[in-house]
Order: sequence, then structure tokens, then C-alpha cells
Amino acid sequence: MSSARRIFTRPARLAAIAPYLWMALFFLVPFGFVVKISLSQSAIAQPPYTPLFDLAAGWDALTAAFAALSVDNFRLLMSDNLYVLSYLRSLTVAAVSTAILLLIGYPIAYAMARLPRGWQPFAMMLVIVPFWTSFLIRIYAWINILQHDGLLNKTLLALHLISAPLVWLSTDTAMYVGIVYSYLPFMVLPLYATLAKLPHALGEAAADLGASPRQAFWLVTFPLSLPGIGAGVLLCFIPIVGEFVIPDLLAGSGSQMIGQTLWLEFFTNRDWPVASAIAVVLLGVLLLPLLIYERVQRRQLEGGR
Amino acid sequence: MTEDAGDPADLAGAPLLQIESVEKRFGGFVAVDGLSLDIKAGEFFALLGPSGCGKTTLLRMLAGFETPDRGRILLDGQDIAAVLPHQRPVNMMFQNYALFPHLSVANNIAFGLKRAGLPRREIRERVAEMVALVKLEGLEKRKPDQLSGGQQQRVALARALARRPRLLLLDEPMAALDKKLRESTQLELMALQKRLGTSFVIVTHDQEEAMTVADRIGVMQAGRLEQVATPRQLYETPASRWVAEFVGDVNMLDGSIAAREHGRLSVTTSGAGTVAAAEPRQPLTATSISVAIRPEKIKLSRRGPAADVGHADAINRLDGEIAEVGYYGGLTSYKIRLDAGATLLAKMANTTRLDVDAYRTGQHVVAWFSPDDCVVLER
Repeated sequence: MSSARRIFTRPARLAAIAPYLWMALFFLVPFGFVVKISLSQSAIAQPPYTPLFDLAAGWDALTAAFAALSVDNFRLLMSDNLYVLSYLRSLTVAAVSTAILLLIGYPIAYAMARLPRGWQPFAMMLVIVPFWTSFLIRIYAWINILQHDGLLNKTLLALHLISAPLVWLSTDTAMYVGIVYSYLPFMVLPLYATLAKLPHALGEAAADLGASPRQAFWLVTFPLSLPGIGAGVLLCFIPIVGEFVIPDLLAGSGSQMIGQTLWLEFFTNRDWPVASAIAVVLLGVLLLPLLIYERVQRRQLEGGR
Repeated sequence: MTEDAGDPADLAGAPLLQIESVEKRFGGFVAVDGLSLDIKAGEFFALLGPSGCGKTTLLRMLAGFETPDRGRILLDGQDIAAVLPHQRPVNMMFQNYALFPHLSVANNIAFGLKRAGLPRREIRERVAEMVALVKLEGLEKRKPDQLSGGQQQRVALARALARRPRLLLLDEPMAALDKKLRESTQLELMALQKRLGTSFVIVTHDQEEAMTVADRIGVMQAGRLEQVATPRQLYETPASRWVAEFVGDVNMLDGSIAAREHGRLSVTTSGAGTVAAAEPRQPLTATSISVAIRPEKIKLSRRGPAADVGHADAINRLDGEIAEVGYYGGLTSYKIRLDAGATLLAKMANTTRLDVDAYRTGQHVVAWFSPDDCVVLER
């Protein structure tokens, strides 16, 4: 009997620790390197930072290396406006984009969930289809559309809505268009998944009890779709904060998002320690909404028990 | 439950609900086919039928979730076919309850009251009243998924009754409950309906449930009403072969009328010889008929009834042997293969504690029943 139990539990236990193993190997260890580099000093060397751990040099060399670590890079981040403003801009852009995404994505997901069952897979495919083309190509297509003699200006001119071409490219508008366009599926899909699961009878029950269609939506459908809203908001907000390509290609050079600042430090200034410090702080900033979401979800689960 | 307890004829005047040749199609499928029905105020009415017979569609038209393609639905004499669900003085208890999972018991019950714009104090009082009515005191703050199935069912009932509807619609309200709970809930539901005096229309595929709770039952098949009658009439005088077979177990002996005299028909059957049956109330138009006998009306004995039991010659006695015995606790069912060929089902109450069934397989028996226990139906 005990041998039978062992046969069944060992793979089960392995399966249970597999995600942790994965996290440790592909997130914690690399992140440890990043943290270590963020505590180092920039140097003209290969790699471009000191001190380096040399395990072969023995215990004393290792303790000396640890002693040489400093939080100077983090102090720099706090003292220089450039970094603080980049963080703030990233958070603002992410918040505004996520709000727009929610406003556009919710009606789409709602409409999809109310389609006849047979049509829903087709609608879902339409949402996913853009992924079949490279992300970069799609952003370049937007450059084509938004540029001075691009499709948008030509159309507006042809319709006599404007008399001279407008500047679209290299503006915040262009960047928001790009971000909203790129992230829309990440908002629509979790919302759709939540809305499609809601029993149709709930809406009928609300109507039966005297709720107008609008009341039925705000009192029943909307509160019950909050988990989907939470998931969609997180799926969009977090990667948008770290977004680099879209603002770099579509926005003006006036202000930078934190991803662009990080790129600048890493590749242009070759200041790996400061770049690493930026990344560490960014993770800290992003951990906050994640923790809040987790707390809310757990409370919902407990409340539901 | 029985005619004398709530004879629909006694209920006051004009019907509360009038359904007039209502028709509903879904594509090419006719769900409800020109159906007419009156339901009186204070009546407990059951729509009984197999799945797909259109009973749920009819109920949904009463609630306003479906619009009839043809015909009228009058509530208190007013056509409500075009009135939207949220504006009807009708409430529905949904099959899987459709409780709002994010709202507490109290807020589920208060939902309809708030929409009606009642003052806050009255809402509080009415919720407390409803909670007491369905005996859910102390559970007001729970969420639906913290309740048992039976408790959820009570919340659904309280929520549907809170607005004091003229008509309460119940869509398979007890389908999700286990047998014991279902039976006690049926009795409570009846008592509640009598107390409130609200008209209830229940949709069910469970004939025992319909028989237990309803004053009248409408048996539906293929979008039409086969028969509308009290439970007793439905069981004892089914209007058609289909109703007789759908409601309860029945033995059907096919045959043709050989002679009729003194209110007795002499029927020549293919598998049971000549059977005497009472002349049906409505005149027969066909000679090829079926004789229906309920299994509990058939008595068994080793030698048949003694000659002095009533008019011995008027009693049907059929010889056969026991083919199968089924013990069900309260009663035992016997399948009898008649010497003339047909198979009869008889049920006998186990009125004494015995170790063995009264008859065993292979034993020769006489099955007997009176002509008055036979229902003659056209084929």
C-alpha cells in the first residue's frame, strides 16, 4: 500500500513544485544578478561594472566584494528628475491607456458574449488574428498610416474635414493609438471570458424583478464582471508601464517612458548598474498593484466561502 | 390537492389569466401551437409535460421573456403580450434559482423591492417578513454560495414573492432538490400558496409533483394541451391514450367493441379475451378502442373472487401466471402473463409484515377487476 502511495504522490509532488522551480530558475536567479549589478559601480571594463564576484579568489575576496556594494545608484534615481519623471510618465501613460482600453474593450467583450453561441468562436478569432502578424510590422504600419502623407491625413483631406495635413506621428496621440491598438486583445479576452460565463438567467431575473436593462447591467452584470476587469487591467497596465517600442516609434522625443530611459542607460551610456537599479525599482512599483489585486481577490474568495 | 379541497369552480368569477390561441415558433419548430387556457385567481396550476413539449416556452411568454407570434395573453383582462418583463405584475422563480451571487440573501430579496422604489423602512420590513415566511432567519447576511441547495431554493422563492405578484411562475422549482426535501418542499409550497392566495403556475415534468401541489393540471404535448383537469380526473379519467400513459402506469388492452348493453361494453381484446368495461361518459365514435386499467386496480388471487363478491358475472377474471415480481417496500408489483397472451402489471400494497411476497414467479393466478375500473379510450 505504501509503495502504491509513493507511485502516485511522487509525480504529483513534482508537478506541484514545478512552477516554483521555473520561477526560481528563470526569474529569481536572473533577478538576483540584476539586483547585484544594481548595487555595483559602473566601470570601463568587460562587463562594465565592479566589483565582480570571483569565487576562485576565496572567502576574503568575496566579503571584500560584498563590502564594495553600494546603494549609490538608487540614490541617483531619487535625486535626478529625469528618472522620477520617467517613472511618473510611465505610470500616467499606463493609467490613461488602460482606462481607454477598458472603455473600448468592455463594450466589445460584452457584445461578443451576447452573440449567438455559434458566432462567438469566430468573434474571438477576429480578436486574436492580429497576433498572426509581427508586432513590429503592425507598429510600422501605424507609422505609415499616421505620417504626414499617410492614410489618415489623405482620408481626412479627401473628406474635406481638414484643409492641411495634421501632425499625428511623434505625438502622444499616436503613442496612445499604438498602445490601445496593441493591447486591446489583452483587455477584451479576460473580460469576454468573465462575461460569457455569466448565466443568462441572471439578466432575466433582474428584469423579472423590475430592473430596466440599464439597471440590470449596472446592478448585476457589471459587479459580476469585476474579476475580468481586474485581470484585464493588470494584463494591460503592467506591461504598458514597461513599454519601450511603441513610445519609441510613435511618440515624440519630448519626454520618455521608463523603458526608454532604461534602454538609454543600458545601451547608450553603457551604465549597467544604473539601468539595473531602474529595473529593480520598476519591479517594486509594479509589485504594488499586483499585491493589491491579489489581496482583493483573496477577500472575494473568502467572502464567497 | 383534491377537487373538494380546492374545486376551481368555486374560485371567484372571471379568470385572472386568459391565454387565447397563443402560438410561438422558433424557426420552423412550433413550440406552442394555438394554445388557450384560463387560470383563475388563487389557483395553483401545473403545466405538466415531457421535455420539449412547450411548457417552459409558455411560462416564459407569461413572464415576458418571449413574445407570442399569435394570440393574446390577458392578465386581469388586459393584454400583456407587449408589456416588458420588468413592467409586469408577474414574478418568476427560475429553474436554477438565478440568485445574484454577489448579493446577500437580504439584498437578493430586496432587489425587486428597491426597483419598485419602496421606502427603505418598508423594504426592511418586507424582507424580514419574507425571510420569516421561508424560514431563513439568521441567514440574511449569507451569500448564495454559502447556502445549501434547499436554502437557495427558499431564497429564490422569497425573492420572487417579495413584490407580491398577482401571478407567480415557477419553472421546475424543485428539480435540483433530493427526493425527501422535494416532498417536504412541495407540501410547504402548497401551504404557502393557500395562505397567500397568489395564483401559482408551476412547470414540471414530474407528474407526482404536479399531482401533489396543483389544483388543476394542464398536460402538454407538442405545444398543445392534451387535457386540463384536476389531478384525480387526470388519473382516473384520462382524456386520451397519451395522457393515460404519461400520467402514472397503466395497462392498455387494445380491442374492439363486440356488444353494448346496460351501460356495459363488451370488448374483444387481442391479448386478454373478452373484457367488460363501463361505458365512457363521452360517446365513442370509433369501434377500435383501448381499455386502460391502472395497475393498483387489478387484484390478484389464487382462485379468483368468490361468487358472492358483488355481481360475479360482471367482474373480469383473467387467468395467467406471475412472470416477474418487484418489491418496492410499500408495494409490490407483479407482471402477469395472461393465458390469452397479454401482459398485465398489477400493484399490491404490502399491508402486513411478511417475509415473502404474496405470489412467486411461475405461480398461477387470477387477475380480476371490475368494469368500473376500466377506462375506454379511442385509439
